[in-house]
Amino acid sequence: MFDDFFIRALVAGLGVAFVTGPLGCFVIWRRLSYFGDTLAHSALLGVTLAYSFEINIAFSVFIISSLIALILIQLQKRTNLPGDALLGLLAHSSLAVGLVVIGFLTFIRFDIMGLLFGDILAVTVDDLLIIWIGGALILLVLKLIWKPLFASTVNYELAEAEGLNPDRAKAIFTILMAGIIAISIKMVGLLLITGMLIIPAAMARNISDSPQKMVVYSIIGGLLSVILGLFSSLEFNTSSGPSIIAAALFLFILSLLNIKQSIKLKN
Amino acid sequence: MSSNNNLLVKLNNAGYQHNNKWLVKGVSLSVEKGKIVTLIGPNGSGKSTTAKIALGIYKKIDGEVEKYTNKVGYVPQKISIDWTLPLRVHDFMLLTENLDDEAINKALSLTGVIHLKDKNLGNLSGGEFQRVLLARAISKKPELLVLDEPVQGVDFTGEIALYELIKKISDELNCGILLISHDLHTVMSATDHVVCLNGHVCCSGSPIDVARNNEYKALFGEQASQILTRYEHKHDHEHSNDGSIKKN
Repeated sequence: MFDDFFIRALVAGLGVAFVTGPLGCFVIWRRLSYFGDTLAHSALLGVTLAYSFEINIAFSVFIISSLIALILIQLQKRTNLPGDALLGLLAHSSLAVGLVVIGFLTFIRFDIMGLLFGDILAVTVDDLLIIWIGGALILLVLKLIWKPLFASTVNYELAEAEGLNPDRAKAIFTILMAGIIAISIKMVGLLLITGMLIIPAAMARNISDSPQKMVVYSIIGGLLSVILGLFSSLEFNTSSGPSIIAAALFLFILSLLNIKQSIKLKN
Repeated sequence: MSSNNNLLVKLNNAGYQHNNKWLVKGVSLSVEKGKIVTLIGPNGSGKSTTAKIALGIYKKIDGEVEKYTNKVGYVPQKISIDWTLPLRVHDFMLLTENLDDEAINKALSLTGVIHLKDKNLGNLSGGEFQRVLLARAISKKPELLVLDEPVQGVDFTGEIALYELIKKISDELNCGILLISHDLHTVMSATDHVVCLNGHVCCSGSPIDVARNNEYKALFGEQASQILTRYEHKHDHEHSNDGSIKKN
């Protein structure tokens, strides 16, 4: 029943869910959902460049996303525009530039829908290697910077005063964000990546009382979303990326029941 | 390098400006092991700014900061914690240091909030949270403690007990303390060195010297200089040996 491509899709999706789980928690805690969106939108430019210069997509997306993050930091320092305006500016202009570049590349047939919403079923063995090795690297680095990153998320000045170097942790975290977008772009697509980061973590927030639990539940939520989403996409013949996100939404709605219960308990 | 091995942090003519306005300027002070240095001054006189300069939070400063320790405990004046974080008191205690359970329990007992260990930080009252902040700062056995109005919002008897605790910690751990306080009684009784700020150092010295200083009188009024007698208070409760409050 399971064709080979389906197994590959499953393995790829599970690999991504392991990484989006903990990163998604930080995205929620640090209020970075629009930052994630901006990096994801800029990924389109990365993909077109990958096609133009025949380089690896994940690598090219990683470079462009990191570059956009750097530009954002510079713009924040040098302009008086609010953060959300800068994010919008970068998100939409990089998306637009990406689409314009695609227009010039008439010799390549682009699967725009696949780019926007992901095409997990086209995942190759090479992609699997990138996802699992890249993912393991991201998790390892996240573990190393966990203490300063988490402390500065709670309170920047405390972390700085007590010698944890929060600026360095923040810069490394930004690179990790570019990394997860690079390795998962093929799977969920650039419009849905932020969903994969935020929705399982949001679900986890509803049912956890400590940061560690939230990370674990967020990973479990992501894994379940991938399994549920992929099987239902096979069953109902729907596109896989959106099905995964819809499954995550379903789990989030279930987690709301828990909130109601705990509010009742408090009263 | 300093010839004084006890020196923990030293400010040489330090100042900080924000939006072209000097928040504080020309501050020189030093904190040594086992000593309590207190900053006093009216609102907006640059007390918290001075503390942040000493801590290295502000980097683009005028003058110099020499810091000889990385073991720092900090109780900020204002702390805004984002409640999108599910954070229990227990998790908060581990924020910057890996502590064992014993150290956490001891610190929370000292500040009288051990019963809140598994509570969510968002559900604490202002005074309870302040006690947790202090417990967190002392639990890591710092060499330098920077306490920016550490007992704000704490009830009256608790306030006295916490100041006694601070004094005791400075003796026990032999750590240096940079304290910001509005309570002149405490400042005058428990402090080794007082620095009176008003955008700059307007006077400094031992509590008695400062209390006699005319600039101090001008800032705080004649009455404030009368506070020279050792502060005494009545207890409506007892302390056990570790300083925690005995329950009746």
